[in-house]
Amino acid sequence: MSELLRCSDLSKSFGSVTVADSINFSVSDGEAVGIIGPNGAGKTSLFNLITGTLQPDSGKIHFQQADITRHSSAARCRSGIARSFQIPQPFAAMSVYENVLVAATHGARLPALKAQHQSIEALRKTGLLERANDTAGSLTLLERKRLELTRALASGPALLLLDEIAGGLTDKECQSLIETIQKIRSENVTIVWIEHIVHALLAVVDRLIVLDFGKVIADGEPNAVMASKEVQENYLGLAADA
Amino acid sequence: MVWVNAIIQGILIGGLYALFAAGLSLIFGIMRLVNIAHGDLIVVAAFIGLVVTSMLDLHPLASLIVVIPIMALLGYALQYCLLNQTMGNDILPPLLVTFGLSVILQNGLLEAFSADPQKLNAGVLETASLSMGSLNIGVLPLLMFIVALAVIAGLQWIFYYTALGRAFRATSDNAEIAQLMGLNKKHIFSMAMALSLAVVAIAGIFLGTRTSFDPAAGPARLIFGFEAVIIGGLGNLWGTLIGGIILGVAQGIGAQINPGWQQLAGHIAFLLVLAVRPTGLFPRVSH
Ligand SMILES: Nc1ncnc2c1ncn2[C@@H]1O[C@H](COP(=O)(O)OP(=O)(O)O)[C@@H](O)[C@H]1O
Ligand SMILES: [Mg+2]
Repeated sequence: MSELLRCSDLSKSFGSVTVADSINFSVSDGEAVGIIGPNGAGKTSLFNLITGTLQPDSGKIHFQQADITRHSSAARCRSGIARSFQIPQPFAAMSVYENVLVAATHGARLPALKAQHQSIEALRKTGLLERANDTAGSLTLLERKRLELTRALASGPALLLLDEIAGGLTDKECQSLIETIQKIRSENVTIVWIEHIVHALLAVVDRLIVLDFGKVIADGEPNAVMASKEVQENYLGLAADA
Repeated sequence: MVWVNAIIQGILIGGLYALFAAGLSLIFGIMRLVNIAHGDLIVVAAFIGLVVTSMLDLHPLASLIVVIPIMALLGYALQYCLLNQTMGNDILPPLLVTFGLSVILQNGLLEAFSADPQKLNAGVLETASLSMGSLNIGVLPLLMFIVALAVIAGLQWIFYYTALGRAFRATSDNAEIAQLMGLNKKHIFSMAMALSLAVVAIAGIFLGTRTSFDPAAGPARLIFGFEAVIIGGLGNLWGTLIGGIILGVAQGIGAQINPGWQQLAGHIAFLLVLAVRPTGLFPRVSH
């Protein structure tokens, strides 16, 4: 498997708050990696760094062997990095379909007809098709989370970054989300998934990274990572109030 | 009958005001940019029309084939190279830059063309009229109005039914997210300015065929444009057309009462609407 994403010595601080402290890890093509860590650990910030909404103070990001550290968000999206937001941010005045179409047209750079097909396909995959013509502002929180996923998919990603997409779902909804994500994975999309709901994560990922205070404190096979001393002390101890 | 006539002339002039206003409204709607140089750009378009018509010996309306692309390119370059550098969360810096641009354009035109009033010669079109009973409707104002309708319908279509329009709406809703969807904000903003100045080209040519113009004629056009946009309600292009018509009719009625009251009546109508409906008559429903 070839390397898809590499973060090297990535650091970022906001004043005295360090959100990324010399982060090093790489993700191979076709892998599914879970990221856990207490609130405020810097998980979302890491996605911001990878997608280019944040600039690192130091360090480098490589995607498909190319240095993208200075690339714009738009360029990164076009080269195949897509994300969903922890707090959904749809274009509220536009229809669900238009939201997805924007990603397919500009993110995947498809001509009109193909963009329409890809949008409908993505909507079908995430179960949002019957809401296609409603304005995105009228969606429930759950549907908004699914729209996040749909838009990300429609941009035709090689790397899909999911930020707490299962938060607030019922068990049944969570199960169907897991199935959707497994299906996306089986279509050769590499996934990095931040999630507090560890059992959902473990159903999909084959590797787990633990972040705390902007540092990678564990990285490896999920069960081994969960059993490790660092995680037992630093993460599970805090998980109760997370 | 003179009143009916005044009102009809006012409605038709409203079309020209809507043309002044449409580009302004577009730019504000998409990128919250208040373009103080908008009126001067209309005058620039009229002067480019003057050069093109005399050099190529074209009818002013035919010169649009050349003037529209020139203005659109100018708009793209202006936004890409200059205004984009000033855009941020604060709307003041770009406003100040366009204010500076306004001064530069006026002085540049003065240098190049002197302060003499100029006119685009549209030949028989200027005096042709349709008479219906005792009403006389000028062909040129009528044409202007029809073009205004077509321009606004066209902009509306672009905005709601094309990929470019979706890109405009997505970027104006949340530029950061739009960029994560692969949209290049700088390019989208530049396309918006190009479209705005394409409309400005049409407005400028009609301005020049209807009245004489000089390098200092811009600010008054900016005011008419602003008033039409605000009467109609921000972000609503059909509202902008209605705004232009209200302005035109008020001016027509004012001029009928006393020729000196033409402009004053327009401003009064504007203030009245603002007093009663501060957000304009037809503000866009969502945010
Ligand atoms: N733009 C910002 N400016 C200042 N502080 C920030 C900013 N973004 C995040 N932070 C802070 O950085 C820390 C990490 O945040 P975040 O990456 O969202 O954590 P997580 O997703 O792991 O919960 C938090 O303490 C947060 O308050
Ligand atoms: Mg987070």
